[in-house]
Amino acid sequence: MTLLDDPRTSARPTPITSGSTLPPRPTQQRRKLGGIRRDMVFNLVGAAAAAACLSGLLYLLTGLSGGLGLAIIGYVAFLVVYGVLVSIADDGPAVRDAVVTVLMASTAVLAFGALGIVIVFTLIRGWSALVHVNFYTQDMSKAGPLASLKVGGMAHALVGTLWMVGIAVVLTVPIGLVAAVYLDVTRSRPARFFRTVVEAMTALPSILAGLFIYAAWILSFGFQRSGLAASLALSVMMLPYIIRAADLALRLVPGNLREAAAALGAPRWKTEMQVVIPTARSGLATAVILGVARAIGEASPVLLTAGYTTYINANPLNGPMVSLPLLTLKLVQSGVPAYTSRAFGAASFLLVVVIVLFLVARKIGGWGPGHLSPRGLRRVQEASARDVSRFARRRRSDTQPADTAQIPTVGTTR
Amino acid sequence: MVATLPEAPTGPGPEAQAKRPLKAKPGQGDRTFLGLTRLSTLIVLAVFAAIGLFLAAKALPAIRVAKLSFLTTQAWQPDIHHFGIAGVLTLTILIALVAVVIAVPISLGLSLFISEVAPQRIKRTLVSLVDLMAAVPSVVYGLWALYFLQGRTIGLSRWLSTWLGWIPIFKVNGASPTNPLESSSLYSASTFVAGIAVSLMVIPILTSVMRESFSQAPLGEREGAYALGSTRWGMIRSVVIPFGKSGIIGGTMLGLGRALGETIVVILIISPVFTANLHILQSGGNSVSFLIANLYGESSSFGISALMAAGLALFALTLVVNFSASAVVARSRSGAESEV
Repeated sequence: MTLLDDPRTSARPTPITSGSTLPPRPTQQRRKLGGIRRDMVFNLVGAAAAAACLSGLLYLLTGLSGGLGLAIIGYVAFLVVYGVLVSIADDGPAVRDAVVTVLMASTAVLAFGALGIVIVFTLIRGWSALVHVNFYTQDMSKAGPLASLKVGGMAHALVGTLWMVGIAVVLTVPIGLVAAVYLDVTRSRPARFFRTVVEAMTALPSILAGLFIYAAWILSFGFQRSGLAASLALSVMMLPYIIRAADLALRLVPGNLREAAAALGAPRWKTEMQVVIPTARSGLATAVILGVARAIGEASPVLLTAGYTTYINANPLNGPMVSLPLLTLKLVQSGVPAYTSRAFGAASFLLVVVIVLFLVARKIGGWGPGHLSPRGLRRVQEASARDVSRFARRRRSDTQPADTAQIPTVGTTR
Repeated sequence: MVATLPEAPTGPGPEAQAKRPLKAKPGQGDRTFLGLTRLSTLIVLAVFAAIGLFLAAKALPAIRVAKLSFLTTQAWQPDIHHFGIAGVLTLTILIALVAVVIAVPISLGLSLFISEVAPQRIKRTLVSLVDLMAAVPSVVYGLWALYFLQGRTIGLSRWLSTWLGWIPIFKVNGASPTNPLESSSLYSASTFVAGIAVSLMVIPILTSVMRESFSQAPLGEREGAYALGSTRWGMIRSVVIPFGKSGIIGGTMLGLGRALGETIVVILIISPVFTANLHILQSGGNSVSFLIANLYGESSSFGISALMAAGLALFALTLVVNFSASAVVARSRSGAESEV
């Protein structure tokens, strides 16, 4: 921090006197190295007030209009005033440090503020549709462009989204997890190549996933547009995400657990199945949830492959199907006001689902590798208590001394 | 097991000289297990390869007709065999560049804030918020851009074109700053608006890559900088940023790759043109993904083939960008250490 070279607060060395008694040592106060100091707050508040006044004055005097322009001028004024205020007490490097810190903090405010505005704006505009029960239970087949929000809803898109994402999860999760396990067990050159390919594929434009399924499944193999085709496209998009996130989760498992299992004589597959994967369980669950959260909101792979309907189609193998993001897109493109409200409703619902999935993932992911739920902990404790009593029984019944008793290997203790 | 010394005095026979194999042969279970994992990676690689192969196969008829003019023509009329991606691809790259130019400074500040400035207890929340930003569906960003952002950027666009119009990219044809009744539609549906919305979607990608490489800057060097009397910004400038330089470059390129393929926002914002309109503030733009999404429904089979060719070009472009991005990240000091 800046205090290190600040002459006001640094304790001066007391000169050693030649007399027999040393002078009483000054009581030293522990210097605060971090945290918020009072002068920082004063400077910030002062600069903010000055900037607000300046932009207000400009607004009154010069008739400068436009919220954005005022905000930019106010911000620049704030930075300048803040720098000047800091420079009263501190020197050059400290001033630069303070101004850059404010710059960094303001990018955070800008980015998260934009995120907040996006979420709040969508929820506010979607509220008028979300409050009607029929929005969740009816489809759009009876809701014409002039129908009020009391008729029609997004039930068909809910059904479609459930089918598409469900099938995509069933297809991708096993393959993705096994591929991540491959990356975990082999550290060879092909594994590195595979990891690079997967990372490059995570940025595959999602419309190309749709275009690929359109080219292969629909044009080459002659199938119709259906929920299944859409879920295949979603799978292509999801697969690299799941592999990458699962790979990261498996890499967090401490290596000494693997080595301990190997030292006990466990084969590789047993090490993975009984040690590594159970340890990384929470991370793997997070990977799957985040993959689902991403797939749920993607409209572009579905756009080319699902078709569009206004009625409930519960058969993913036959007939067009629509998902929530696709419905939102189509309703907005129609330009009809009532449809736009419904589009915001569907988008808000989607947003809420994604946020809920996210909170769940954060809760699970926060546990870290090897975390046990209370029930799991109890189960492990019971198992080891059983083991202890079993060893004791065996020791009593065996005539042999304890140190040659058979040492249980991994996997045979239960 | 008991380790055998190479020059054991007891057994000079040929058996003792033979090197003991240090690797155990995998058992039946392991062979099945490894085979299974290899099979799944082969499936994944086959899917990825199939993307390129199918696009190429379907694009072949169009490419055979257009030949090299496909790369140079600025028009999209496949039915009279007059089409090419020069205009569309340029506009795609333009949107992505606008997005990245906006996103880089914000992500740089945000990632430094999270890794260096933010107190420990809110760090994880901020990281989750960045992840949430990445998970917000693109339709939501699209709706926001269309109904909230677009109207609010017109003033800024007009101001930029009035004062900076002498720079070619800020020029708006037909703009008349002195006319108070000027139609605002001149400034809507522009590359600039789409770029702002896309920048919100790439900020989380850039931020997470940069933050990861910054957070790996070695503690010893950080403390060394502090011990030499550096301020926090001095430490960041002399230790953290040089250390994470490749993270900055790699993250930027990854974000560029993502921005190139963004579809929904572009569909909702842009009004399509097919010649390269380099005036980013002016209405009209395009992108390859928009072209595909917009035209696949009403195209003839030859038109579809032309769209596949455009998709193939986008595929190749994003792959090149992404591969070089991951190569940059992996080459770096921070990336090399992140690979366990």
